[in-house]
Amino acid sequence: MRVQRCKGSRDLSPEEMARFRLIEGAFRDCCLKWGYEEVRTPTLEYLHLFTSIGTLTPSMLGKVYSFLDWDGWSGERVVLRPDGTIPVARLYIDSMKEKELAKLFYVANVFIFEETGKETRERWHCGAELIGVSSTIADVELLILALEVLKRLRLENVELRLSHAGLIRALLRQLGLSPEEQTKIFDEILDGDVEALARIKSARPELGKTLTSLLDLKGKSAGFLKNLKVLFNQNLPELEPSLGDFINVVDLLETLGCDYQIDITSGRGFEYYTGVIFQLFVGEEKIGGGGRYDALIPLMGGRDVPASGFALYLDRLMNLVKPETLTGPLTQRILVRAEPGMVKEVFGVANCLRDAGYVAELQLISQKLVDIRWTLDVQSKAPLFILTDQVKRKMFKVQTTAEVLRLLGEKGADKSSFA
Amino acid sequence: MQIKVALPKGRLLGETATLLEEAGWGLSSYHEKMRSYRLKCQRFPDLLARVFHEKDIPIQVAIGNYDLGICGLDWVEELLVKYPSSALIKLKNLGYGEGALYVVASKSEVIPTVEEMQAERSMIRIASEYPNLAESFALNLRLRRFSIFPLWGAAEVYPPESAGLALIPVRTDEELFNCELMPVSNVLNFSAFLIANSSSWERKDLSRILTSVENKLPSMKERRSSVSKVRTQKTASQYPSRGVAEDLIWLALPDGHQQLPTLQLLNKAGIQVDDYPSAAGNRRPTTSLDGVMVKVIRPQDMPLQVANGNFDLAITGRDWLTEHLYRFPSSPVTELLNLKFGKVKIVAVVSKDLPVTDIYSLRQLIAERLAPFRVASEYVNIADKYARDNHLGMYRVIPTWGASEAFVPEDADVLIENIETGRTLARHNLKVIDALFESTACLIGSKDGVFSVRKDKRVKSIIETLRAAVEGI
Repeated sequence: MRVQRCKGSRDLSPEEMARFRLIEGAFRDCCLKWGYEEVRTPTLEYLHLFTSIGTLTPSMLGKVYSFLDWDGWSGERVVLRPDGTIPVARLYIDSMKEKELAKLFYVANVFIFEETGKETRERWHCGAELIGVSSTIADVELLILALEVLKRLRLENVELRLSHAGLIRALLRQLGLSPEEQTKIFDEILDGDVEALARIKSARPELGKTLTSLLDLKGKSAGFLKNLKVLFNQNLPELEPSLGDFINVVDLLETLGCDYQIDITSGRGFEYYTGVIFQLFVGEEKIGGGGRYDALIPLMGGRDVPASGFALYLDRLMNLVKPETLTGPLTQRILVRAEPGMVKEVFGVANCLRDAGYVAELQLISQKLVDIRWTLDVQSKAPLFILTDQVKRKMFKVQTTAEVLRLLGEKGADKSSFA
Repeated sequence: MQIKVALPKGRLLGETATLLEEAGWGLSSYHEKMRSYRLKCQRFPDLLARVFHEKDIPIQVAIGNYDLGICGLDWVEELLVKYPSSALIKLKNLGYGEGALYVVASKSEVIPTVEEMQAERSMIRIASEYPNLAESFALNLRLRRFSIFPLWGAAEVYPPESAGLALIPVRTDEELFNCELMPVSNVLNFSAFLIANSSSWERKDLSRILTSVENKLPSMKERRSSVSKVRTQKTASQYPSRGVAEDLIWLALPDGHQQLPTLQLLNKAGIQVDDYPSAAGNRRPTTSLDGVMVKVIRPQDMPLQVANGNFDLAITGRDWLTEHLYRFPSSPVTELLNLKFGKVKIVAVVSKDLPVTDIYSLRQLIAERLAPFRVASEYVNIADKYARDNHLGMYRVIPTWGASEAFVPEDADVLIENIETGRTLARHNLKVIDALFESTACLIGSKDGVFSVRKDKRVKSIIETLRAAVEGI
């Protein structure tokens, strides 16, 4: 029998975990500094959290891992969470609903079936949610926070693409479609089908051209949005609130000197967006996204609380981040070796070293000295300790642990970064 | 090169047999009373035909056990909707066995609109033999909260008391109408299809076989048009709808071959049931018991129904109760009374040609081979637990819907099956290597049932009446 890894799953090696923690660390650090608090939700949730209109699109729902639990005889299905935002909204309704403002972040795995098995089916998201406030500043705060994390990771050529779910919805309402058709086309547009609108037989054909021009907004500026607003004010006043909201966000971004592009067909798979949607790209690789989802919490049975959030895709960032640009050389470890019968002493001295902030490991097999600068030999007769600098090939013979520590300090040995 | 074809039992058997007869296949005994499920073909000596329950055919073709298959499009879609990347190609509509899948509700209730269903916050229950299509329907309709009851059959009798909606196959609009059901949505139109495994399709020369069938299709279509439409008997239904009488007791009686012994026991206990077994297919017989409503459903489906409070009492087999409890250990369903008839043994069975005598030598054999080990059974959870408890290594459970004995040895290595006499096993060249447990008919109920005093009294009195009858046997 061959031992196999599950199709579509991945292992993270020590080297990859180092990258993982680096990105996670940068993200956590930024969020904490902006006043966000960390939460963790369970891997299993009830499927029904994700099924109603206004949560996930059917194409995404067709790829979730759902099953009956051992006590699922009622037919109530559970699911490996396919998304990070909805569980956090559930958590908020569950136990934080008294909070006027909740600024939460998480690092969590989400599970989506990917047919080819080429992409991993378990993905890690670094997400932040801002619950309880609906304002241009709030939208922009999340955007800037996401960009700051990427800057900390020294990513270059990050591209910000903006869309507006409210604008798309308002447009669809103007076309005289049934609510079902509106949802269907909204999903298609969000799933990246640019042609979806063109195929509809509109009840108001005269709108066709204006609408197409809106969907074709790719790459245009705030100025263009403002021009459109003037145009629509006359024949489509219903679009005004969404368009106004969109303009406020891009205006503020321009004030802050933040580059962006407008691309209406964003937000794949997520029906819960109601306002600004943003996507982050490096080249053709999408590395994150987010937006405003004011209707989600009331839809799930909570109070009428506005919210917005984003997630960065950790797996993709891991391929882009160059660890050497972010850290110095690896911490040099101290290998503690001993004569037979000196077990107690070895454990004792290694503990002293760790207490002092060094990385000390015991020699378990005779090993090559890779990544190890210092060795410490513990002997039963004097000298009790021999400290060797393996790089400079120098030996120090001493009698006490205090002297060992003093020498390490003088020679500038690395202390552990976890200290 | 051998070519393997999976052919249907049941509703499509007659017309499929006619088609293949006209195509000149010269199959050995492909008819209702066949004694073997493996058929030889005179015209194509390298063709091996094997008869399956229709529902098994898309799975068998998709996993590559068979190159070609004939079955209804309904069962093909039931597989594809859940596993879209299945290695299966729909080759040809054969033009017979036509029908449609409908989501239906009872006429006695107000039929909900799509918007109402989407807005509904409480659980919408959907009963069906097609659980994957039912789930897809619910997801696409964006129901907030739904529960699918997978069934072995008789879905049409579930609404309105036992489920809000049912997804059922319908031959004509007449049938729906007669069942006191109203269509809510048409999910799929289907007919018999010729299907192929996609890798066989790319690699094997199937052209002679396909041509023989292709040439006969027009004559099949002509014949079909003269066939009169299928109609079912109108069933009597003056049932109170849900909520009208909370004190009512819902009793589930089995369909199939346990009907006569069940009736005998009930009669012995002094309980009269009219029109059971019903020649006309009536699934709502009436009884002399005061305040008791009866529905006739599949014994396989009863434990789940009792667990969900859709029935208070049910007469099923201990095998199906065990199957349910292995899947849902905390289920409230429990055996109230051993009814002692319908005795069978649940056993593990292998081919006589396999050099093993017991589970230990079987485990040894498995350890030595590379291919995953296949356990076929109608009892998927009993089979799964058996394989787990006996450390059968890298095993796969293959669910079957009847005629399981023909799976070994080609399509499965071990079978978990019930036997009465063992004669069927001998005929299929099989031997028993382990006995799991003995099963008889039993009365089941729920530990969690919270009844009114009046209802509780009635339930207890039924149990006692039946106990007296059993002990008198």
